[in-house]
Amino acid sequence: MQARDALNYDYSVAKCFTYSTILFGIIGMLIGVVIAYQMAFPELNYLAGEYGTYSRLRPLHTSGVIFGFLLSGVFATWYYIGQRVLKVSMAESKFLMIIGKLHFWIYMIVILTAVVTLFLGISTSKEYAELEWPLDIGVVVLWVLWGVSIFGLIGIRREKTLYISMWYFIATFLGVAMLYLFNNMEVPTYFVSGMGKWYHSVSMYAGTNDAMVQWWYGHNAVAFVFTVPIIAMSYYFLPKESGQPIYSYKLSLLSFWGLMFVYLWAGGHHLLYSTVPDWVQTMGSIFSIILILPSWGSAINMLLTMKGEWGQLKSNPLIKFMILASTFYMFSTLEGPIQAIKSVNALAHFTDWIPGHVHDGTLGWVGFMLMAALFHMAPRMYKKELFSKKLMEAQFWLQTTGIVLYFSSMWIAGITQGMMWRATDQFGNLAYSFIDTVTVLIPYYAIRATGGLMYLVGFLMFTYNMYKTITAGKDISSEPQNASPMSA
Amino acid sequence: MFHWLERNPFFFAVGVFLVIAYAGIVTILPNFMESARPVVGTKPYTVLELAGRQTYIKDSCNACHSQLIRPFKSETDRYGMYSLSGEYAYDRPFLWGSKRTGPDLMRVGNYRTSDWHEYHMLNPKSVVPGSIMPAYKHMFSNNADIETAYAEAYTVKTVFNVPYDKPDMPTLGTYDESKKVVFAEAAAIVADMKSQEVKDAFKRGEIKEIVAIIAYLNSLK
Repeated sequence: MQARDALNYDYSVAKCFTYSTILFGIIGMLIGVVIAYQMAFPELNYLAGEYGTYSRLRPLHTSGVIFGFLLSGVFATWYYIGQRVLKVSMAESKFLMIIGKLHFWIYMIVILTAVVTLFLGISTSKEYAELEWPLDIGVVVLWVLWGVSIFGLIGIRREKTLYISMWYFIATFLGVAMLYLFNNMEVPTYFVSGMGKWYHSVSMYAGTNDAMVQWWYGHNAVAFVFTVPIIAMSYYFLPKESGQPIYSYKLSLLSFWGLMFVYLWAGGHHLLYSTVPDWVQTMGSIFSIILILPSWGSAINMLLTMKGEWGQLKSNPLIKFMILASTFYMFSTLEGPIQAIKSVNALAHFTDWIPGHVHDGTLGWVGFMLMAALFHMAPRMYKKELFSKKLMEAQFWLQTTGIVLYFSSMWIAGITQGMMWRATDQFGNLAYSFIDTVTVLIPYYAIRATGGLMYLVGFLMFTYNMYKTITAGKDISSEPQNASPMSA
Repeated sequence: MFHWLERNPFFFAVGVFLVIAYAGIVTILPNFMESARPVVGTKPYTVLELAGRQTYIKDSCNACHSQLIRPFKSETDRYGMYSLSGEYAYDRPFLWGSKRTGPDLMRVGNYRTSDWHEYHMLNPKSVVPGSIMPAYKHMFSNNADIETAYAEAYTVKTVFNVPYDKPDMPTLGTYDESKKVVFAEAAAIVADMKSQEVKDAFKRGEIKEIVAIIAYLNSLK
């Protein structure tokens, strides 16, 4: 194969993961919309008996979007970007093709089993690590397969220097491996006692230690699934789509190593004013503030890549998705550190401001970047023209409006509730009973759910657009080219 | 150095791993032993309470309820004494939660009763007008899994030296001995309840999830 013959890369695995991204995106977001409406209209809890309550569905939503939607997206983009920046085709190695397909099918089995078990209430209760030990083993297997795929492709590469996106993919692989292993250390009770459910386990850590390990994991799972691979995508797709070189190599260097160095400390900000040692809390707080530097470093690098080419925002909806994603990245990496300041956290913790913060990152930054990536990949993988730019425009504005409704209602709800919890009357007694602080939020819950619904509808538009591109798009004989300085 | 690293994937990966791994070691290890020590008077859960705790986890009560009282006057006024690290020494996993859609439950056993919980799980609005919590009627028909609860207690006793069967501590014994204790504990709760369905089932030798979870909630003090 000619290294520069871009259309000869093998995208069969990337395509599989593209489909699963869309499938789990719809499922995960749909459940999200349902549980959001349940908070405004509690009657909706009774649509499916035991299996339809908010509390059963919430882990399904979080796991569904993180490990279903997003991880699929990470894998899809990896199987696309990896070949291109390493200048080697999957088709050149039978071994890597088998590993890739095995990776996909084991991933599907694990995730679909996870959906079933979470519906049944089989859970360890640890957030974003709810799966019981047999499924944890499945996750480890699929992760190792991904590792083989990454380092296998690196092993036969033609381009010797690893592009920035590769740094981030390697970091994703290593970071999640370490975090997942240590947080899911558990003892299967059946093997010790010989009785009870065979899949039940008990955590290796107790109480405060368990909390420390969990939030070291919980925070950094966010880092290494929601941030690191998304930066990998933006470093590849933004320059490719815009035809502009990355603004600064030095800035990407600083941001990458800075992010790696600082991020793992920040987990303590989930445990402020808890029973973990004070110095851990303080370090969590301080490092969260420092985290603004590498985060903004990446985001500014993205935005300045568009220097002198801002007109593309008008002509190319994909650029619009990516630039808004980078902007939301700046926004949520400023909001996060603010919430990590101890006095702010005293108000914000346990309130709706926290899910509000999570969602302006996930909907705005992660979701937009991922959809833009798949839109960019589709014409090149299927050799078809994108079906409709108008539909993309409509989707962009619908979803952007949805996000704004989401986070603004959650700001108001969170701060309102935080203030009401601590409000006292003139004698120093608590001014409100707990339920007063719940009923007052119901209008905001309704607005939030509607914002989420708009985002879901936008995602369905994305799905339709992708479907039509694949099935009915105009054939193209050569890869769409922008004035790109990069030949990959 | 960086140019060299970018051409040597192995050393690049090692470098990244070192840079990300140190923080966990520095933050988690130094206080590990200290954080694992129980406060005087803290006892491990009885088998029935553990069965209730497993029901709590099965239905993800922790998605909406915290078990962590922060040291603010507004919190201690509302929920009681702020939380101490050693009170959680037997909590595997910890159940602090991250969101208070409903109130904190760390010391709910001090101010709610068995019959209150029974009404609340059947119809939250009947005791808390305006509540957005769903009813958990299936807890009245599903049986609690005493066997798995015993397995868990036995496991933590064996592997982590949790002090079951020590003076002033809950008894565990063999499974048959443990079952007797469980039924005696459950009988007291069933006697406080109104549900005929639960009472009839108890006579048949079945303990419903609702009984176990009430035992667990009552133990939170």
